[in-house]
Amino acid sequence: MMLLASDIEVAQNVGFGIIATIMVLGALNVVRSSNVVHAALSLVAVMAGAAAQYLLLSAEFVAVTQVLVYIGAVMVLFLFGVMLTRAKLGKDVDLNNDKGWAVGAPVALLLLGVMSYVLIKGFEDDKIVVSGKGNASAAANRALSDAIFSSYALPFWALSFVLLAAVIGAIVLARKD
Amino acid sequence: MLINNFLLLGAVLFCIGVYGVIARKNAVLVLMSIELILNSVNINLLAFDQLNGTNDGAVFALYIIAIAAAEVGVGLAMVLLIFRNRKTIALDDLSEMKG
Repeated sequence: MMLLASDIEVAQNVGFGIIATIMVLGALNVVRSSNVVHAALSLVAVMAGAAAQYLLLSAEFVAVTQVLVYIGAVMVLFLFGVMLTRAKLGKDVDLNNDKGWAVGAPVALLLLGVMSYVLIKGFEDDKIVVSGKGNASAAANRALSDAIFSSYALPFWALSFVLLAAVIGAIVLARKD
Repeated sequence: MLINNFLLLGAVLFCIGVYGVIARKNAVLVLMSIELILNSVNINLLAFDQLNGTNDGAVFALYIIAIAAAEVGVGLAMVLLIFRNRKTIALDDLSEMKG
């Protein structure tokens, strides 16, 4: 079985499996839970798992950014959103579309089938070389910051304008006159 | 590690997110499902980044994180505005643009 890859890097594969299981269960709870706060807390589990997967992919800087921005900032925004829209604390039966699952489940399963067929066909046994330890990751982070501030400097500059516009837009929208 | 581990995890999370966007009615929960989709895309980008041995995927992932933060800020401001005007954030009540 190609997905197990038992001959190589057992520890990483076991870790990946555990984190992936937590992420998928958390994601299912986000879309199925009848309690808005539980859905938000499951989303924290998914985002923390994603940060752990980034560490497995030896992208430390992105993992730390994920924890700071998603688990720190975005989740607080979501909890404020839940609070300010006065969602019921506890079970709420009115969170889903009538017959929404009857449309959503076939679409999602069809999409999953097509994507996994293409991925398994296309990347049969391609392996990721997890780049070394110690100084190698420091060098990778240095190269990443070089890339952001040299070849990707213009998108970085544009991104700061997007964030500024989003902040001003959010204030203008949510302000009480 | 096989790259397909990460790509299939990304595919599963993406499909769960798509299901959430279709099946949920509460606007905050739809925004949470969109966050699931963005996270799955980030996993894919970083996996391809490792496969190619370049930094481009990590840069893209960082920019996606920043855009997602902006999107959530504006999205929740819109949700608050809708709640203030209508006392509900059920998305199927917003049908004025239906032909």
